[in-house]
Amino acid sequence: MSTLAVVSAGLGQPSATRLLADRLAAATSAALGGDAAVEKIELRDHAHAMVDATLTGFPSGTFRAAVETVANADGLIAVTPIYSASYSGLFKSFFDVLERDVLDGKPVLLGATGGTERHSLAIDFAMRPLFAYLRAAVVPTAVYAASEDWGGGAGRLADRVTRAAGELAALMDARPAPAKADPYDDPVPFEDLLAGG
Amino acid sequence: MQFGIFTVGDVTRDPTTGSVPSEAERIKAMVAIADRAEEVGLDVFATGEHHNPPFVPSSPTTMLGYIAARTERLILSTATTLITTNDPVKIAEDFAMLQHLAGGRVDLMMGRGNTAPVYPWFGKDIRDGIDLAIENYHLLHRLWREDVVDWEGRFRTPLQSFTSTPRPLDDVPPFVWHGSIRSPEIAEQAAYYGDGFFANHIFWPKEHFQRLIGLYRRRYEHYGHGSADQAIVGLGGQVFMRKNSQDAVGEFRPYFDNAPVYGHGPSLEEFTAETPLTVGSPQQVIDKTLTFRDSFGDYQRQLFLMDHAGLPLKTVLEQIDMLGEEVVPVLRKEFEALRPAHVPATAPTHASRITEEVR
Repeated sequence: MSTLAVVSAGLGQPSATRLLADRLAAATSAALGGDAAVEKIELRDHAHAMVDATLTGFPSGTFRAAVETVANADGLIAVTPIYSASYSGLFKSFFDVLERDVLDGKPVLLGATGGTERHSLAIDFAMRPLFAYLRAAVVPTAVYAASEDWGGGAGRLADRVTRAAGELAALMDARPAPAKADPYDDPVPFEDLLAGG
Repeated sequence: MQFGIFTVGDVTRDPTTGSVPSEAERIKAMVAIADRAEEVGLDVFATGEHHNPPFVPSSPTTMLGYIAARTERLILSTATTLITTNDPVKIAEDFAMLQHLAGGRVDLMMGRGNTAPVYPWFGKDIRDGIDLAIENYHLLHRLWREDVVDWEGRFRTPLQSFTSTPRPLDDVPPFVWHGSIRSPEIAEQAAYYGDGFFANHIFWPKEHFQRLIGLYRRRYEHYGHGSADQAIVGLGGQVFMRKNSQDAVGEFRPYFDNAPVYGHGPSLEEFTAETPLTVGSPQQVIDKTLTFRDSFGDYQRQLFLMDHAGLPLKTVLEQIDMLGEEVVPVLRKEFEALRPAHVPATAPTHASRITEEVR
């Protein structure tokens, strides 16, 4: 069974970001044949722990479990509200404290919410470069939901959700998580280090 | 087991009084701390090396030479000596000289240094950190063991017919530790040479360091220096004590909350739960320190950080008194009772290394 991690940086209760994350998760789970463990992470719950980790260099307590969930997941849905023309600081903080290489090649679906559709391109000019740097495999369709998407335009948000979820599910099916060499279990022999290798 | 103090040498404002020591006061305080460490029966004093404010110890062998003249038993060491940005030839010369002056009471700990601008200030590139540590130490290792060295490498001007003077005291080089908090390459390096490995695990949870020390022990055995449990391991520690643990917590909290490394982040309670930091009674320090052996196996050196975050000298000296009088005697006995006979009790000393050479 594959594991799907869902990271949501919404702040409100209820939050539109959470709503979008839930719909993307449900659609992806359905596209995977219902055979996926969905692990939801609400970044607000870890807000203080994330700042602490930024200062100390290690994630503590339940936040460590959240980090490990993302590291071990077969796929990731990452959803943020758009603040000041970009992802929120809370959202960025989470990806700042992940160990390097954690998202290497991991299938990722991006989502964002905002008050108006004018900010929809923030996904492409802010989120995609971040995940390109993290070497994630981001699916082509990202889903932006403005306030009005929750009311009118029957089917249009749902269509985008279904298409994006299908892409993520296909990528997760096609790409088993790559086995990573463990530098602690399998160190580079010293002769190689000395030879500049 | 060897017990001692390691100091960063930071000049930090005391958050309770607002006073900031001068560089002169801080340097004299470090010397007073070393003096007191010897008086209360500790084994080791180690100083950091830094090349930027707010730190004072840029010239470790100068300070250690001065302390050597004031003490009789204390082992003088570093935490750490920058193997990346110092010329390995100068390290070989400086520490051999110190060794002669101190009658062999010298060892040193190699470290890379994580202050990015120090590398370009000394003409190096931080991206070469591991490569510098490996090449420079390899040269240092030869300079102490071969009277005449021909050498060519990537980072330093070549040497032809070079002799590093003075030669090590009794032809026995100082024992070397390699300190690292996250690099498997450095654990591998320490294992290769049969040197010591020091994990300053005081700021992070133990799981990470178990992997690093586990790697060092395994590879120490692989390279034929002895069994994994005979590898020479050192650990950090960070404590603040008062007779009553609530007094310790109350007095230390403002220093914790404003400390340069972790201040304004997690609470004192969260940090003590996650890391080796102990704030409480001497008995609590004893109990926590004994858990290090459970986590990492029998080890040979325990260094405590006591003089940081703006704590006044008077308080630091009281802490060292409690450490020497109430904590270390108990720990010595407890650790010794638990140690299997085939595991070294302490890190190699000059005297023990002479014996080994002869044998």
